[in-house]
Amino acid sequence: MKTDARNFAATKEVLVPLLRQMLLVRRVEERLSADFHAGKLPGGVHLYIGQEAVAVGVCAHLRDSDTITSTHRGHGHFIAKGGSPRAMMAEIWGKRSGICRGMGGSMHVADVSKGILGANGIVAAGLAITCGAAYAVTLDRSDRVAVAFFGDGAANQGTLMETLNVATLWNLPMIFVCENNRFSEFSPTSTVTAGDIVDRARAFKIPCASVDGNDVLAVHGAAGAAIERARKGGGPSFIEAHTYRLHGHLEAEKSFLKSAYRESAEVEEWRGRDPIALFKTYLRGEGILDEREVDALEREIAAIVEDAAQFAEAGEPADPNLVFEVMFHEQRA
Amino acid sequence: MAELTYRDAVVRGIAQEMARDPDVVFLGEDVAKAGGVFKATVGLLEQFGPLRVRDTPISEQAILGAAMGAAMTGLKPIAEIMFSDFFAVCFDYIANEIPKGRYMSNGQTKCPLVVRTGNGGGARFGAQHSQSVENWCMMIPGLKVVAPSTPRDVIGLLAASVRDPDPVIFLEHKSLYAVKGEVPDGEILDTLGTASIVRPGKDATILALALMVPRAFAAAEKLKSEFGIDCEVIDVRSLVPLDTQAILNSVARTHRLFTVEENPRLCGWGAEIVSIVADEAFYELDGPPVRITTPHIPLPAADILEDLALPSVDRIVDRVRRSMEN
Ligand SMILES: Cc1ncc(C[n+]2csc(CCOP(=O)(O)OP(=O)(O)O)c2C)c(N)n1
Repeated sequence: MKTDARNFAATKEVLVPLLRQMLLVRRVEERLSADFHAGKLPGGVHLYIGQEAVAVGVCAHLRDSDTITSTHRGHGHFIAKGGSPRAMMAEIWGKRSGICRGMGGSMHVADVSKGILGANGIVAAGLAITCGAAYAVTLDRSDRVAVAFFGDGAANQGTLMETLNVATLWNLPMIFVCENNRFSEFSPTSTVTAGDIVDRARAFKIPCASVDGNDVLAVHGAAGAAIERARKGGGPSFIEAHTYRLHGHLEAEKSFLKSAYRESAEVEEWRGRDPIALFKTYLRGEGILDEREVDALEREIAAIVEDAAQFAEAGEPADPNLVFEVMFHEQRA
Repeated sequence: MAELTYRDAVVRGIAQEMARDPDVVFLGEDVAKAGGVFKATVGLLEQFGPLRVRDTPISEQAILGAAMGAAMTGLKPIAEIMFSDFFAVCFDYIANEIPKGRYMSNGQTKCPLVVRTGNGGGARFGAQHSQSVENWCMMIPGLKVVAPSTPRDVIGLLAASVRDPDPVIFLEHKSLYAVKGEVPDGEILDTLGTASIVRPGKDATILALALMVPRAFAAAEKLKSEFGIDCEVIDVRSLVPLDTQAILNSVARTHRLFTVEENPRLCGWGAEIVSIVADEAFYELDGPPVRITTPHIPLPAADILEDLALPSVDRIVDRVRRSMEN
């Protein structure tokens, strides 16, 4: 495992939570996948399976008071930033116990108390919002930071250029985290994206890193440096994390695609570089966790996920009164 | 005659026009190789090749700006914006560029293009993938705005839109893609600005668009069988140009007017039509015109909430019946 970007003391207290969070994201989403295919979810879901090392490696450095924005593929960021699996799953099920009480759905999970400003259905929209969150930090003079997670496809929206310029010009405590998972929906990145995405940011002369997004320690190292720099007033940084989406663009895709848009051999190859499996191997190899401890962790996570899934399924349907209630502040129930 | 889904009608409509006119090109996100996220453009790449059928990056401004530039210089582009909600990220081209060129240049430039898009709710996609934005488009001088409700109309109106010398916003309804209907063989060409009476009736006129047409129709059947109220249902089909005459004629027969709109209430298309009817046929009305709309809210995601927000058959029946009883 390549871990050259590591620049921290790799203690068990730091490492085990990384595995734990990755497992939590993975198992929650595996359950959502099963629930979707069983026809239980009201809408579609875009799953993050395969990319967990990015959200977890970055969010491990963040506090509740730091903010993130996310994308249509937002469950992983939500959980990695400390959001509740129960409240998120209930939201995706359209239940009144959901984090947004069913008003938002899968593409709009948000928990402001945890600094999760929201997943977003509009590709690249989170970038400029994060810029504003980072600008707000400069007024309260705290050492908070704001992180934008976005995809390689989002890098083709003009708002990336606008946001890079403002964030650099104003020296904002913002971290751009581009998750290059090699696809924009069904288009391989190479067919819709010219050049290297990280080079777009290099033009602004801010610190840039291109990392193995399936290596949680590489992400953790690069993010740690960027976040620390931002906290100290060092301005924005850009990280391009190279990873791979193991599930479909959305779970329903097989039902409507006329043909495969990627080779199964390619998927298998990347499955062989599963960030969780890689990290487990690393932890065992370093003698940090043994088989028994990994199993115990898996069981603990399985129980959390089972509880969250049952909570979501058993929840009461969304409250019809909400439809007319929450438009403006004074109406909030 | 063949039975075709609404989505297959889109494919056939585009293919009909591309085969007829080599200047017609088609571009959008995942429209070529993948055949579109709504499976509404399958096979076009194979039939017309990669120069005329192009996948683009997620760059809506580039899509519409490029379509406009190509239209100004001789092509007749069809551009797809996947979900109509994303009009908001390329609204400069929709509101400032595409509709104004001909006017500002005193007719020197032209912009014969079609922007196709998936519009409307029902898929539980939440507030940024479910909106009905026909009113966003209708308010802009220089755009024509079309929204078919049947497979046959998809082909005929799409052909008319492509052949129109000016820009047309073509709103396909996401919840209609799977709906089937009879479609005649051979070329189909319809006329923009013509409404169609889908159910004649004598007691009240109900105007509807896209997904609201089958709902208004079902409501009218129920109103007749359960309450003896005989409604005329008109599929408006095209908001700009608007078939004002068909609407006024119907009101002159029934003396009551209802609109069924999926767009949020404020500034919905029905408000404009009610104002036209008030201007031109006030004394024909036996009661106040009634607008049945989605409330003035973004659409909620949860299934039961979305169903509650959109006008339903029952809501239409109830609203019409109560109003007719007064
Ligand atoms: C403005 C806008 N355009 C198009 C879409 C449709 N869409 C949703 S996700 C997606 C692909 C996004 O690719 P990327 O940014 O790489 O993220 P990934 O899906 O790979 O996580 C597209 C085109 C959208 N939601 N918003």
